[in-house]
Amino acid sequence: MTQSYEAVIGIEVHVELKTNTKIFCNSTTEFGGDPNHHTCPVCLGLPGTLPVLNKKVVEYAVRAGLALNCKIANFSKFDRKNYYYPDLPKNYQISQYDLPIAEHGYLDIEVDGQTKRIGITRLHMEEDAGKLVHQGNIVTTPYSLVDYNRTGVPLIEIVSEPDMRSPEEARAYVEKLKAVIQYTGVSDCRMEEGSLRCDVNVSVRPVGQREFGTKTEIKNLNSFRALQRAVAFEIERQIGVLESGGKVIQETRTWDEARGITVSMRSKEQAHDYRYFPDPDLVPLVLDNQWIEFIRESLPELPDQRRARYIREYGLPEYDASILTLTKEMSDYFEEVIQHYHTPKAVSNWMMGEMARLLNAGGMDITRCKIKPTQLAELLKLIDKGTISGKIAKTVFEEMFASGKDPEAIVKEKGLVQISDEGALAAVVDEVIAANPKSVQDYRGGKTQAIGFLVGQVMKATRGKANPDLVNKLLKEKLQ
Amino acid sequence: MISKQDVEHVALLARLELNEEEKELYTRQLNKILDAARALQELNTDGVPPTAHVLPIQNVFREDRVGEHIDPEKALANAPDREENFFKVPKIV
Amino acid sequence: MDLLQRTAHQLHEMLVKKEISASEITAAVYRRIEEVEDKVKSFLTITREHAEARARQVDKKIAAGEPVGPLAGIPVAVKDNMCTEGIRTTCASKILYNFVPPYTATAVARMNAADMVMVGKTNMDEFAMGSSTENSGFHLTHNPWDLERVPGGSSGGSAAAVAAGEAVVSLGSDTGGSIRQPASFCGVVGMKPTYGGVSRYGLVAYASSLDQIGPFTKDVTDMAHMLNVICGHDPMDSTSANVQHPDFTKFLINDIKGIKIGVPREYMADGIDPLVKERIKEAIKKLTELGAYVEETSLPHTDYAMPAYYLIATAEASSNLARYDGVRYGLRVEDARDVVDMFMRSRSQGFGEEVKRRIMLGTYSLSAGYYDAYYLKALKVRTLIKQDFDKAFEKYDVLLSPTSPSTAFKIGEMVHDPMQMYLQDVCTIPVNLAGIPALSIPCGLVNHLPVGLQLMGKAFAEGTLLRVAYTLEQNTEFTRLQPVIGGA
Repeated sequence: MTQSYEAVIGIEVHVELKTNTKIFCNSTTEFGGDPNHHTCPVCLGLPGTLPVLNKKVVEYAVRAGLALNCKIANFSKFDRKNYYYPDLPKNYQISQYDLPIAEHGYLDIEVDGQTKRIGITRLHMEEDAGKLVHQGNIVTTPYSLVDYNRTGVPLIEIVSEPDMRSPEEARAYVEKLKAVIQYTGVSDCRMEEGSLRCDVNVSVRPVGQREFGTKTEIKNLNSFRALQRAVAFEIERQIGVLESGGKVIQETRTWDEARGITVSMRSKEQAHDYRYFPDPDLVPLVLDNQWIEFIRESLPELPDQRRARYIREYGLPEYDASILTLTKEMSDYFEEVIQHYHTPKAVSNWMMGEMARLLNAGGMDITRCKIKPTQLAELLKLIDKGTISGKIAKTVFEEMFASGKDPEAIVKEKGLVQISDEGALAAVVDEVIAANPKSVQDYRGGKTQAIGFLVGQVMKATRGKANPDLVNKLLKEKLQ
Repeated sequence: MISKQDVEHVALLARLELNEEEKELYTRQLNKILDAARALQELNTDGVPPTAHVLPIQNVFREDRVGEHIDPEKALANAPDREENFFKVPKIV
Repeated sequence: MDLLQRTAHQLHEMLVKKEISASEITAAVYRRIEEVEDKVKSFLTITREHAEARARQVDKKIAAGEPVGPLAGIPVAVKDNMCTEGIRTTCASKILYNFVPPYTATAVARMNAADMVMVGKTNMDEFAMGSSTENSGFHLTHNPWDLERVPGGSSGGSAAAVAAGEAVVSLGSDTGGSIRQPASFCGVVGMKPTYGGVSRYGLVAYASSLDQIGPFTKDVTDMAHMLNVICGHDPMDSTSANVQHPDFTKFLINDIKGIKIGVPREYMADGIDPLVKERIKEAIKKLTELGAYVEETSLPHTDYAMPAYYLIATAEASSNLARYDGVRYGLRVEDARDVVDMFMRSRSQGFGEEVKRRIMLGTYSLSAGYYDAYYLKALKVRTLIKQDFDKAFEKYDVLLSPTSPSTAFKIGEMVHDPMQMYLQDVCTIPVNLAGIPALSIPCGLVNHLPVGLQLMGKAFAEGTLLRVAYTLEQNTEFTRLQPVIGGA
């Protein structure tokens, strides 16, 4: 008899905050730059230097905490996490240990139409480490190079409860988290650039067992797809280990995208002992409720609220509202289109239909879409005015998507203006009637659906430009 | 009591390579110092808050304004080894 | 009177009256250094060219009739744990043997802005860990009163430099007594200001919650001037107090009538040399005669201060000193197999025995399973010690004690017994734990060696300490005693 297993998944997400300066010094956080050019004595950890907290970081962390339904701590502090690594200039990381700035939050995710609440244990502030450059990989390289430009960039770490049970839930959680954080405006959350990074803890246990199994931590997940695949792989791997009578080893594993597997990161060091203690160079953070409430008031509309509004105010179906609010970019795009074109459902149809199709085909997200929201609004207006047909509009849309040109320009250039001139169309209609006696006969014999074929022939003859309503009307008149 | 093995473990955590003689010496001396430290256990500190900072200072902030960066040549001037503008270190694993 | 026996305020007066130039003072100080430095060995780095250039700038200013700072042309020695841009800063450690900081510590920058002339960087116990300067990674410093004895520590070089006339004033740092004890041993005035009074930015950290920069001077008036220069809020140091400091010279009042002084009996206990106690009692008598009200009191948790201090200071140190790994600056061993090997061997070769001992102790007390019993417990005891002081200061303006249990001891006498050496700091450590100000002022000699009297005050009540010290000084000859280097 085969045992059935259940996965238990918890996720730690690190998000880079988009402040101008680092968390404890006034060096820029700008991405890129020549190695070690965005540094100062403080972030280089030179002897004698001291940290001073960036106020914006606190504000952003509180904003994120509130958006994730956390309780903001009135009293919190910074601690040192001690470990040696060459990308860490002081050989300790300033972080928050027992008194984080936010705790006890949650996020609601939707998987297969079911809403599930995922607990958020805590959110804390800390500093990022630098970057190591290897020739090849960390194992084969003869030596490594260190760039401290990223050292001290502010991060928030968000730790979930072990509430997820499937790769899909894990993915949905991070997607939702990303959307919420993006809505708050405190981070770009770009997984590819590393401004959102996640470490996933996975364990499995026989269904019905209460205790957790031994967990592994998976790192190096650079996309949602990678996250979902890695978790799925790891669950199967662990079940395999248990089924064959083995034991899961508590360890850190890295996701090998190319091979589609997780690989053990063998580390020389035995269990870590971070020796956390309060950083004597920094003073406690005492936030009064008034300030916390002030930030709460200033929070922008968040995905769940926006989704509800789309249903309520725009009359969109729940499905449309969910998809459109999944990312802030998508939702912001939608909002801008409907500023200029006032039929939300039509906009939604185009975004979720043609636009989604083309974006997917190109492996792009909406930020790279060449069609400006105003241009999409213009296109929809051209359809309403009868300048082009809905069918032609798809052709125009494709061209807009490829070139970013205005819809009017494309219509003009390609001569796609709809033929709505009765005189011009009457001749074509006559030709079609003459050329298709069989269909004409069928129609007159009572098979009214035969008119569809005739309309199609007219459209074909006009390369789709004929106004279909007018063609219908003319055909009916002439066949009476 | 701290054992020599404890001393070895602590030395690894602190990234110190100790020779046999140092291990013996530190085992002996740390035990002596910690004996004295155990005197603290006599004191009842129930309900006594820890003092990490002596001054009642809180909420010290900096505005989010970019300041001057260090000239990279100065940043790297003390580097024992470098390659271009990177600090260079032996292999990590 | 020899130029270099003069105080900073006397020299300042001569300078502004154009009776002497900064360049002449600088030349005189280097003549003195040439004469005595190979006996005393106060310095790790002598910055003669830098000093001469600075002196010329001061002279130019004076010639042009421009205003000059209160330390204009004054030869100053700076402990080698304060960063000085372009000038090697070693903390007397081999691990920083070649470190040249790209920036200057705030306290030193304030001294520069007051037109001081820095003559050199002084020897110390490595990373300020020690009470005799014998833990320097480079060489010993000798007590100018008796070259076979230690100058105290960890700021031994800065104390010896002033006592030997190699500088007129100097800067030290005090984590558990590192200014006051060498001041006591070398017969000069030394003060640890209130924690947060002087910026720590650029002071290479030993124990961040205890470290504080402070001056060594020949008299109390100079001390007031030095505090005026170095005290002040610094946005670069989160633990710097944002308070308005008074003009400290306003406290140079020769009158202590009605001042209430407590003498904690724990500081006059059996461990204190009876002859030292005698000098302290004589000083108490003098202060009483001058109108102070003096009585015995108690700080009941005093005995716990030392173990608490060693747990807290070493825990912080174990983390503060983690950055010395051979990656960005300082010593790196050749031919490391990998990064861990480089870290371990560089640190082992770069750090001296005492530094390693303290890193080991601190690492241990923070490690898993011991944190609560040691480090956290020590922080709670720290609260009790602070409360002792708070309570005492409800009743007294000032607390008085010996600075050190003995006079300067012989070189080598204690190096093999760390616990014995740690006991040197019993009278000074509680002050750092409580963050309060304290100064040491000479109060006579025992067997031709100076004895220091410690005055402790409420946080930011440096002024009261100056007033009591000034009154004592004006009515005795103690601060005017000078050593004869190398015997009579």
